[in-house]
Amino acid sequence: MRSTAHAFKENARTAMADPDLTKALTKFKTGFPLKRAQAVAALPEFEALRDAGKAIKDHTLAHLDLYLEVFEQNVRARGGHVHWARTAAEAKEIILRLCREAGAKMVTKGKSMVSEEVGLNTALEAEGLEVVETDLGEYILQIRKEAPSHIIAPALHLSKEQVADDFRRVHTHLASDRKLSEPADLLTEARVLLRDKFLNAEVGITGANFLIAETGSTVIVTNEGNGDLTQTLAKTHIVLTSIEKVVPTLEDASTLLRLLARSATGQEFSTYTTFSTGPRRADDLDGPEAFHVVLLDNGRSALLGTEMQEALRCIRCGACMNHCPVYHAVGGHAYGWVYPGPIGAVVDPALLGIAEARHLPNASTFCGRCESVCPVRIPLPKLMRLWREKEFEGKLSPPAQRWGLGVWAFVARRPGLYRLATGLGMRVLGMAGAKRGRFRSLPLAGAWTAARDFPAPAGKTFQELYKARRTGVHHG
Amino acid sequence: MNSFPEKPRPRVGLLVTCLVDLFRPSVGFSAVKLLEDAGCDVVVPEQTCCGQPAWNSGDRADTVALAKAVIQAFEGCDYVVAPSGSCAGMLRKHYPEALADEPDWAQRAHFLARRTHELVSFLVDVRGMRGVQASYPGTVTYHDSCSGLRELGVKAQPRELLASVKGLSLTELPEAEVCCGFGGTFCVKYPDISAKMVSDKAAHITSTGADTLLAGDMGCLMNMAGRLQRLGSPVKVRHVAEVLAGDISAPPIGQGEGEITR
Amino acid sequence: MADDARSGILGTIRRAVEGQRDEAAARAAVADRLARHARNVIPLRAQLPPAQQVELFQRMAQAVGATVELVTDPARVPHMAADYLSNHNLPARVRVAPDPLLQSLPWDRRPMLEVAFGRATADDQTSLTTAVAGVAETGTLMLASGPDQATTLAFLPTNHVVLLPLSRLVGTYEEGWDMLRARGRGQPRTVNFVTGPSRTADIEQTPQVHAHGPGRLHILLLADM
Repeated sequence: MRSTAHAFKENARTAMADPDLTKALTKFKTGFPLKRAQAVAALPEFEALRDAGKAIKDHTLAHLDLYLEVFEQNVRARGGHVHWARTAAEAKEIILRLCREAGAKMVTKGKSMVSEEVGLNTALEAEGLEVVETDLGEYILQIRKEAPSHIIAPALHLSKEQVADDFRRVHTHLASDRKLSEPADLLTEARVLLRDKFLNAEVGITGANFLIAETGSTVIVTNEGNGDLTQTLAKTHIVLTSIEKVVPTLEDASTLLRLLARSATGQEFSTYTTFSTGPRRADDLDGPEAFHVVLLDNGRSALLGTEMQEALRCIRCGACMNHCPVYHAVGGHAYGWVYPGPIGAVVDPALLGIAEARHLPNASTFCGRCESVCPVRIPLPKLMRLWREKEFEGKLSPPAQRWGLGVWAFVARRPGLYRLATGLGMRVLGMAGAKRGRFRSLPLAGAWTAARDFPAPAGKTFQELYKARRTGVHHG
Repeated sequence: MNSFPEKPRPRVGLLVTCLVDLFRPSVGFSAVKLLEDAGCDVVVPEQTCCGQPAWNSGDRADTVALAKAVIQAFEGCDYVVAPSGSCAGMLRKHYPEALADEPDWAQRAHFLARRTHELVSFLVDVRGMRGVQASYPGTVTYHDSCSGLRELGVKAQPRELLASVKGLSLTELPEAEVCCGFGGTFCVKYPDISAKMVSDKAAHITSTGADTLLAGDMGCLMNMAGRLQRLGSPVKVRHVAEVLAGDISAPPIGQGEGEITR
Repeated sequence: MADDARSGILGTIRRAVEGQRDEAAARAAVADRLARHARNVIPLRAQLPPAQQVELFQRMAQAVGATVELVTDPARVPHMAADYLSNHNLPARVRVAPDPLLQSLPWDRRPMLEVAFGRATADDQTSLTTAVAGVAETGTLMLASGPDQATTLAFLPTNHVVLLPLSRLVGTYEEGWDMLRARGRGQPRTVNFVTGPSRTADIEQTPQVHAHGPGRLHILLLADM
């Protein structure tokens, strides 16, 4: 996927001017946090589970090479294949080759953010394959040629009217009087159309929420059941996933699953959690004949052993963006790449480079709500701040900003100068603003006064007044 | 909570915070009064800024210099108290992080961190204050500033003390725990997004019908006051310490001597 | 190239973690964790006496839109299945998993009910399967693929009926894993945790049932203990 992260400000402005998006986000920003809060309140062990989730991931990351080797060995023992990909290009090449070997004309896909990350669909289509996204939201985006705006609610930004228009445009079989005004009508239309694709695809590609070393299993979590039809009906099942998804045991996965749905959608458990291990067995009644796992690195291993390693605990639940006031204001597309919201602000600079993604870790108030809900306790504000540090050290931040901050720090580091400068400055501002108490505009403060007044200071600093009061001296 | 033998009158260093120092001295005086009412001896060491803007901008060198100055200035105090959750949070949570590479300083930073508190939570949790002698006729609503809430657990304490203010009734603010969009330098780096956030906040404040908005951090208060006033709202905005200290002689934030408000 | 990628990735990981661990101890820790597969935090809600477990399972399953019925006599199951179909105006046909328990039911008592055993086809509207376990914690069914159970039965038909003997009801997912391990057949190709009928909220965050999987999930709890 091509990044527009560098244009975050412009993207955000466009997003905030979109009434459909604003309407969707208004519903989203109270709905998702409320549902999570209710699910958490119903499970007294939730905080202990977060500690356990963090511990499982930390342990696995500290032994990542060993668990990946065990995972690979167990996939092979069950007749499956493991392919390693350092980069997006390598992953695409492997999958393309597997599709060719399977004689594929049509490929169905379950929802996979890693697939978005590597830009898989474009690569497969360029080779003449028909690629069909089967998650309802992803299908809608595919026919709109759009990227997901949320990692678990990809079509969050669209209205049902927009979807109806797209269906009428693309589904040429539709009678003109066919009712498509309600979500249920749209779901029925998509279900019937996609059923045919499931039954005819030669290859089914899914992602994975977890990989289990103990058994060599890959795990997907869905509500729709599309991932299961994708991977059960096609002759070849390819799992495109990334190296940090591995956990040691079924028990460890069970702990993380208790956190996942509650954090993501506020469900106690998602409808379908599926553990896939190798291809179908000789006496199985159905299932794929071939099973391939593509393990993508794409910059992740470089984060190990650094302060950014904590980001690799992420289980992609989306709770951080569900609770982020900046995401609530601008939606996911503004971030300009695959992973939006706080986790995107940490991961995207690692995968794209800080020069391209510098806005993302800056566009946060550090309100800390993301960290307070993260099921694996990733210190997201801290990691965003570390990116700012790298950016500052690399002198990538805008000169005006550096200059303003530099002047402030220069003064603040010199108490005498601070006393003099602030005393004078506040006196001037205080006198100018005394009557009205605020300014509608101020030189150099345009960014503030575009939307708000600037409260005038009292005229003297507290330290001046306090000293005067203590010594009985009254300044004029 | 604290590892110090309780003195009859602990010596409390007031970390004024630069926004209070420059824009709202009345909050500093209210803090002094409340601390003295809580049986503390208050001192105000010469100070500038805690370094939070530098820290949040990735400027570690300036942060470290400012942190060392604050640590030295407050070293003789039993406690450090700030009328701000975000500045107190800076000392408690981030100084040890910023100075982690210098063992001696890291130790001093930890020692300071353990003694540092946000004003209202200090009064309630450390000094055991259960009420104040103050009155404020009106309906107020309260915004929970992010750092105080999530870094320091400031939530119940201001409500407990406000409940003892005569004549005051509190109407809870919808989405009180959602950021107002200030975020330090955020509000000038991303003014459009900040404006959207503070506009949503202003709408919630208006929806309560309260005549006064209170909070514990000057940055958030100036942001919300500025937006409310731009919208022509009559809601008065004050730091919670002013109401708790019963000192509302200064006009509400962003209102001038020329405006009769109360 | 493939080997390069593998050794490249593992090499980067090793360089990052090596300095921080003792190699022999690390390998021992990994082997031990895999062998013991210890449980982590187990919610109290799922640690109940059997009778309350049934009640919890029923409540949780119903909360996500499944329907639950109690059966005391297995011979009643063909009648209940037939009645279920007619109550929902469905054709009197059911695709049944070739599970010994289901094969042993007296299907001939409802001669008008068409019963076929095997995997699901695109035309099947209703399926009947068993489950390896029922997990009370969240009202979840645990299904495993094999010669007696086809995965398609749980996804292709619009109506999925599950016969769950109460002897297979457990509190937690972990107990479910232990039941699966106790079968001694190793990890099956597919294990499905099914919690209610399929659903989506992808259009305007409006919850709807019947996405791609079944729109109805009906659970018959068989009192076999």
